[in-house]
Amino acid sequence: MKILVCISHVPDTTSKINFTENNTQFDTNGVQFVINPYDEFCLTRAMWFKEKQGASVTVVNVGGPETEPTLRKTLAIGADDAIRVNAIPTDGLQVAKEIAEVVKKGGYDIVLAGKESADYNGQMVPGMLATLTDFNFINACVGMEVDGTNVSATREIDGGNEILSSSLPIVVGGQKGIVEEKDLRIPNMRGIMMARKKPLVVVDAKSIEASTSIDSFEKPAPRGSVKLVDADNVDELINLLHNEAKVI
Amino acid sequence: MSVLVFADSSEGKFKKTAFEVVSYGKKVSEQLGTDIVVLTINASDSSLLYTYGAEKVLSVSNDSLKTFNAKQYASTITEVATAEKATVVILDSSINGLYVAPIVSVNLEAGYASNTVDVPSNTNPFTIRRKAFSNKAFSNTVISSDIKVIGLAKNSYGVHENVVQGTTETFEPAIIDSAVLSEKVERVSGQVTIADADIVVSAGRGLKGPENWQMIEELATVLGAATACSKPVSDLGWRPHSEHVGQTGKPVASNLYIAIGISGAIQHLAGINASKVKVVVNSDPEAPFFKAADYGIVGDAFEVVPKLIEKLKAFKLS
Repeated sequence: MKILVCISHVPDTTSKINFTENNTQFDTNGVQFVINPYDEFCLTRAMWFKEKQGASVTVVNVGGPETEPTLRKTLAIGADDAIRVNAIPTDGLQVAKEIAEVVKKGGYDIVLAGKESADYNGQMVPGMLATLTDFNFINACVGMEVDGTNVSATREIDGGNEILSSSLPIVVGGQKGIVEEKDLRIPNMRGIMMARKKPLVVVDAKSIEASTSIDSFEKPAPRGSVKLVDADNVDELINLLHNEAKVI
Repeated sequence: MSVLVFADSSEGKFKKTAFEVVSYGKKVSEQLGTDIVVLTINASDSSLLYTYGAEKVLSVSNDSLKTFNAKQYASTITEVATAEKATVVILDSSINGLYVAPIVSVNLEAGYASNTVDVPSNTNPFTIRRKAFSNKAFSNTVISSDIKVIGLAKNSYGVHENVVQGTTETFEPAIIDSAVLSEKVERVSGQVTIADADIVVSAGRGLKGPENWQMIEELATVLGAATACSKPVSDLGWRPHSEHVGQTGKPVASNLYIAIGISGAIQHLAGINASKVKVVVNSDPEAPFFKAADYGIVGDAFEVVPKLIEKLKAFKLS
């Protein structure tokens, strides 16, 4: 079984979000980058398949050289090898097209990708990738088993879950539930040492033109400070919610 | 040329987001000076959409589409978009909408902008505002492809009445095969879902134990709200994972979010700050949630919540 895990290199959740160049560029100054949390759930599930059912695990990222420490971290967690497609990611469709090339060449059975990335939250790449490669596709996946070429998966729906059956090859957009938080792995020293020797291949991009581009960024208007209501006067809160905020 | 809106339904009934995307689509079609076409799949009464500006409804009624299937739904939307020469295709941001939109985008070779929060600020170049960085910023995105797919963020544009004389025609799509099959749907019935709720009542570790959730449920019942919880609470197994809201849990974009005994970690706020009005009840005046909330009560949840329930009951009766 050959598994490909798509890895986004994203700012840590606690990062301050600022922009430079007249609000056209994200300010990476002082920002710590991590494996996209949604991708980390997928990577951990891939490691489970590798250990329990025998699989090779390749990771892929579309990005510049600055994403390599993040890829090395996934190798330290246990991925076998890494591919970096050397391109500046501009939009979801461009990234999906680049990864589709990797998928076509690599003969993968399963492609796991976080259902969204924690930076632009686009929720685009898994579905686009599945459509471009004509793989089966399950999104918002919270549980997945593979038996031969059969796949049984659970996806989140509004107010519950849906059990789905499908077959390989498949693209899965994963989230928490595909593994639990407690299953996530911190690389140990042995893993970090081994990761240095594992292959990290840089491939040229296909120079695909993006169909969307960001003109500028804005930050939300600073919010007014909280209106405090005395704990003995909940009537006042009800009054404010009814007459001022008009939400009840 | 037209603007195509997909108005999603469940068991024949329109979802609340259907009215929002139709309202939005009407406005976009006016900006572009084109027709609006609304697609429904197995919805029982398409005329409900006339209230929000749906001048032309194409109604698909087909047993093969009875159960949602992303690939088949995407194929139907694509077929209608092509037949109607749509230049803009609009979907909601429900779990199903987010599943279908990327497929439609590839099918139509269209640029796709998800998380859109407003009508285009400019139609040439076609520029729209989107949420980014977990609601900590907005991006003004230009879509340059001929056809554009827009995913409208929930509760961002609102439902606007705009009564028109609508017409409904039936549409027979070609049904394609899909190797993803639905085996079973597990849904808790009779409860307001977090995705659908106008009001969400959420509680955290400040409640001290799962045995204390009865008052949270009662408060939710009085308000017609959904219940939710913070991540530590679901990790501890006090409440089901399906109630976990926050960055890695479910996103919330309700009109009112009430947080009880939740400190307001940045990961929690990232998941809920698309809500319009936020109320916090916490005994610790230093809790970070007070910086993110509109209204706050510094106090003990075990004293404040029962009082709130009592007063809200009286308010609802008045």
